[in-house]
Amino acid sequence: MTASSSEDLVASDSDAEPGRSTTPAALSAVEVIAVDKVFNPGTPKHVDALADINLTIQRGEFVSLIGPSGCGKSTLLRIIADLLQASTGRVLVNGKRAHQARLDQDYGMAFQQSGLFEWRTVERNIELPLELKGWDRSRRRARSREMLALVKLEEFATAMPWQLSGGMQQRVAIARALASNPQLLLMDEPFGALDEMTREHMQTELLRICNDTGTTVVFVTHSIPEAVYLADRVVVMSPRPGRITGIVEVGLGRIRSEHTREASTFFESVTEVREALRGGEMADNARGIEDR
Amino acid sequence: MFPISFAAVASGWELYKAVGPANGGRIFGVRLLPRTSDRAMPHVWEMFKRLGRPEVRGGQDSVFHVVAVATWYSFRIALLAFVIGAVIGVVLAVLMARFRVVERAMMPYLVISQTVPIIVLAPLILTLMSFANRDLGSKTWIASVILGVSLAFFPVAVGTLRGLKAAPPASLELMDSMASSWTRTLFKLRFPTAVPFIMPTLRLAAAVAVVGVIVAEISLGVRYGVGRLILSYGQDASSDPAKLYTAVFGAAVLGLAMALLVLGIDKLSMRNRPQEIA
Repeated sequence: MTASSSEDLVASDSDAEPGRSTTPAALSAVEVIAVDKVFNPGTPKHVDALADINLTIQRGEFVSLIGPSGCGKSTLLRIIADLLQASTGRVLVNGKRAHQARLDQDYGMAFQQSGLFEWRTVERNIELPLELKGWDRSRRRARSREMLALVKLEEFATAMPWQLSGGMQQRVAIARALASNPQLLLMDEPFGALDEMTREHMQTELLRICNDTGTTVVFVTHSIPEAVYLADRVVVMSPRPGRITGIVEVGLGRIRSEHTREASTFFESVTEVREALRGGEMADNARGIEDR
Repeated sequence: MFPISFAAVASGWELYKAVGPANGGRIFGVRLLPRTSDRAMPHVWEMFKRLGRPEVRGGQDSVFHVVAVATWYSFRIALLAFVIGAVIGVVLAVLMARFRVVERAMMPYLVISQTVPIIVLAPLILTLMSFANRDLGSKTWIASVILGVSLAFFPVAVGTLRGLKAAPPASLELMDSMASSWTRTLFKLRFPTAVPFIMPTLRLAAAVAVVGVIVAEISLGVRYGVGRLILSYGQDASSDPAKLYTAVFGAAVLGLAMALLVLGIDKLSMRNRPQEIA
């Protein structure tokens, strides 16, 4: 609200090109330009959450955001999702302003809690974004069947969410996030509440789904192996204020399996991310980072 | 289970009547124990027998018939009061959830509305009605609906408001991320979340709607209702004690009918929900 100058910049920008942009940003899935985020500015609870974030994510790319608690990785994800407003700077999603992208349902979102509605069957949970888009019933039903097939839960279409295990619920949440066929998937520690076995299985499933659908993913996690296993690039962040301290390119290729976890390239990338975290942390000693 | 518990209550009554002091008794010098004479405590079977006999000596209609007609009359009024009260409660809650200003402005009135005793309110409402329109002043049943409503809406408003605010932040974020409008979030998320909060308040509302209607009938002398029967049978109680209890049965059946109705709504709306709270 106090960030008048740059918001004016955003406004004038979109006035010139309403809803679209012909800049090179149109080619990328997400473009974060000089974003700062301050919570409660001018009050005793003032927090510098993000400082000078610049990040470009290409279409089809899988990017993990990693960093200790309080480094602003979830805040950054929410700014990309237009659930929070940047104090300064601007965000483009599919070349549009983040706000327009949210209105157009250009992205799907999944959280740590699956957030399924307990009063809806599995298939009606998946249909929720389609209802909001105004699809008619038969089209919704057909689409939810497709999505259930994608996450391999066909036989649970009419089950209630509380009848499913945690991992299955999370798969339904992913199906819901992908139901309206968005090109971008924003995930905030979606596997954080799952046990290790389920978690690794879900990671493999997620990669399969993304390769099948060509979806771009921004994935927030605080697990180094998870970040490395999933991502093409790992964005390493440090706290107070949250900033990007390093970007690790993971050279594992697109096709990954359980064997990938034992590959030497995998361990090299894990080490590289860990060192980037330490470098960014210095005194903070990488608190809140899982090493497993 | 109900027949068993009813038998237990009836036997308790008869047991006390058999062993208790005929002229009442004192506990620690205070007159506490009720008399057990037939006039004060008629036998349970007398009450049921009384149902079958004519209301007045030589009359045509049995007491059962009169009580049933009066109970049906009051039931419809209580039902109307309950439905209107529940609707007003939900609408108020939605307004309060949508606009904080409304919540802050309305809450004191809501609380005040519940602290004024209905015995006081009843004649007041009737007077106001007759000021508005002479015809209206004679329609005492409208006054009893208003009283039932004024009691019933409150628990529903408070409970629904709590329920509407109980939607998890993550679910609200999810709806936001799908660009859902406030109204669609209301119907797709907030209302369903609120259902488990609303159901117990509906039971409360049904109960107080009955109380409001019967008290209004007693204090206003509404002609056909079960409240009026309690009043007039009470006046005959010294000569015909069992008759008073037939009217009390009517009121009890009325309360049970409302409770069953709400139980039905509850079961219907809570099917398919996780069963952890039972």
